[in-house]
Amino acid sequence: MRMQGKAIPSGTNERRRTALLLTGLAAIYAAIHLGFGAAYGLRMTVEALCYALIALGLTIQWGYAGLFNAGVMGFVAIGAFLAVLVSFPVNETFWKSDMPPRLGLVLLAAFTGLVLTFAVSRLDRMGVPKRLRTLLTVMTGGAAYLVVVSMLDPVARDIEAKAGFIGGLGLPVWLGWAAGGAAAGLLAWFVGRICLGLRSDYLAIATLGIAEIVKAVLKNADWLTRGTLTVSPLPWPVPTPNTVGFLTARAAYLALMAALVIVIWALLERAWRAPWGRMMRAIRDNEVAAAAMGKDVNRRRLEVFVLGSLLMGLGGAALVTFTRIFDPAGFLPLNHTFLVWVMIILGGPGNNLGAVFGALLVYVIWVMSEPAALMLFAAIREAGESLFGWQAPADLDSRALQARVFAIGLLITLILRHAPQGLFPEKVPRDEGED
Amino acid sequence: MNELVFFINKVLVAGLVTGSIYALGAVGVTLVFAILRFAHFAHGDMMTLGAGLTLLLVLLFPQAGAPFGLPSGFVLMPVAMALTALAAIFIDRQFYRPLREREVRPVVMVMASVGVTLMLQGLIRLFAGTGTHSLYVAERKDIFRIALPGATRKLVITEPQVLVILFTLVAVIGLHGFLTRTRTGKAMRAMSDNPDLARISGIGVDQVVRTTWIIAGSLAAAAGTLLSLDVTFKPDLSFNILLPIFAAAIVGGVGQPLGAIAGGFLVGFAEVLSVFNWAVLLRPLQPWLDGLIAMPTRLAFVPTEYKLTVPFVILVAVLVWRPTGIFRGKVL
Repeated sequence: MRMQGKAIPSGTNERRRTALLLTGLAAIYAAIHLGFGAAYGLRMTVEALCYALIALGLTIQWGYAGLFNAGVMGFVAIGAFLAVLVSFPVNETFWKSDMPPRLGLVLLAAFTGLVLTFAVSRLDRMGVPKRLRTLLTVMTGGAAYLVVVSMLDPVARDIEAKAGFIGGLGLPVWLGWAAGGAAAGLLAWFVGRICLGLRSDYLAIATLGIAEIVKAVLKNADWLTRGTLTVSPLPWPVPTPNTVGFLTARAAYLALMAALVIVIWALLERAWRAPWGRMMRAIRDNEVAAAAMGKDVNRRRLEVFVLGSLLMGLGGAALVTFTRIFDPAGFLPLNHTFLVWVMIILGGPGNNLGAVFGALLVYVIWVMSEPAALMLFAAIREAGESLFGWQAPADLDSRALQARVFAIGLLITLILRHAPQGLFPEKVPRDEGED
Repeated sequence: MNELVFFINKVLVAGLVTGSIYALGAVGVTLVFAILRFAHFAHGDMMTLGAGLTLLLVLLFPQAGAPFGLPSGFVLMPVAMALTALAAIFIDRQFYRPLREREVRPVVMVMASVGVTLMLQGLIRLFAGTGTHSLYVAERKDIFRIALPGATRKLVITEPQVLVILFTLVAVIGLHGFLTRTRTGKAMRAMSDNPDLARISGIGVDQVVRTTWIIAGSLAAAAGTLLSLDVTFKPDLSFNILLPIFAAAIVGGVGQPLGAIAGGFLVGFAEVLSVFNWAVLLRPLQPWLDGLIAMPTRLAFVPTEYKLTVPFVILVAVLVWRPTGIFRGKVL
């Protein structure tokens, strides 16, 4: 990889380093379990493992294929929402009223509009000039959009007034997670189709936009998501704390997540060593050469982009299910996009173990840095008041948390400049050799 | 007639103001994109930084504007622009140049600029807090109400809105003159067209890069300050303004400053027109329409909460149909 300056430590040296790092991480987690109690330790571990899933999704996009996804939050959020929609208990008030058929009518209209627009966009095959076709397509699409919106408006208002929101479908949780992954993948397919033919910068801009739009929809479409009123308590795939107690429930969730991360990690590791992984690296490192060898660069990129986003959706579904509350306002670019970026560039892009390690390490640091920042600023306030008679601003606590934003940004730039290969450098499978 | 004045107030004035802000931001983005070859994600926070510096200056010298009869924020804006330009050069030296010298992939530069945006965001909120501030400390915002013939409703435009539009006009003419008439300006255009050819023809890369950051930084500061004068200083501008600005730069064609200006106004007007309540314009026709269709009270293309979808749709449409943009810019 072009990014790497230094030679990779080889053989026993590298194994010793890996063992040392993993032991250190285990020690940190053991210390948290002992210091803060098992319930807190379990919660943190489960959340970190959810982030590990998201980080694995990002590491195959960035590490395998060099795609810049600046909207991880959007994929996480849509995965989380689908999990809620599929697995949340059924809202009886909604289903017993006259609103489901009316909503169905709107959906039917939307579907008809889509089909119609698509049909018009194919008119050029029947001899209609291309420009006229484009004009007609845009007009049909616009008209369909206006009709659907004007139909949806009264129904949405009725649902909000009478039933709150449409509720879930009451299906098993694992199905919700699968739907979450699928929805994130579908969204990625849409974005990828448009942007992957162009340079990665465009993808970054588009994903940044789509993430904010997903959040805006989840926040404002109250009839669908209950918006800022939040949805809780979400059902769990394992027995909830109400039935078997805090520790057992969280331990069961932990076991599930650990199994999921290990299985996906093993699969990705296989893919990395497989011809598919080799091809992805070839495309990333020299697009022109890969294309000359007959690889369909854009299709392969779309493949890996969809796959990565699917994992992000799954991770988001797992994360929000564990917290038991779906709050669209809680999705923040900092927590759900850039934190994940720090995880993978610190852990080592293109190294799955590095992504999981980075997720586990950075999440602990992130959680612990909140009280640390507050304590630091309280100390600064004390010192400032007693030494210089400085009047601290009233919102010092909320400002103190901003110091963490600064730290994340500084960390990103420092890693990129001084240690672009991260803690676990990318490993080239043995039979490929150097160069 | 009243409806027409309402339309002018809500669409023409608002579109010109929004478009001017986007245009000023997009010029910087398009220059950095074309000359340094990466999408500069820290541009939104550079705007906030400029506005924050103006706020600081206004708090220090609240009476600065009185001798000129202008808002203090506007009078002190050039100082903030200079400071932001210096900050931009400093950021380039510290964070972008080392990567550039190592010849990393451009997308790594994009990520570095994300790092910079987070650092700026953290610093600004650390010092300015998370709340909003008015840039009018010692004076009041002047509001002009102009009576138009045949209408009881008055045309309303505020002093900062006039200043935004005038400043953008002056900046555009100045920038165009600079890029087409001066040596440095021509060197910048050469760099953007073909960096290798420019380098071997003896164009000083360092100077071109420095000038790019001076223009990008100072215009960003101006855009941020003027926006804050029009509404208020908000520290959470960054990610929200990034999408319209990038959309404007790409619509106009990357590397085309005039295209960026046009793109800025296009995106600004598209946004304003999409959220405008068209039912107001239909009201005069009510007597004739009454029997035919029910009059909706709200008739907008996009609800205000989803305003961000407008630049996104524009961006997608351009990327699908004409990735070079209107003015035939580059596709990197």
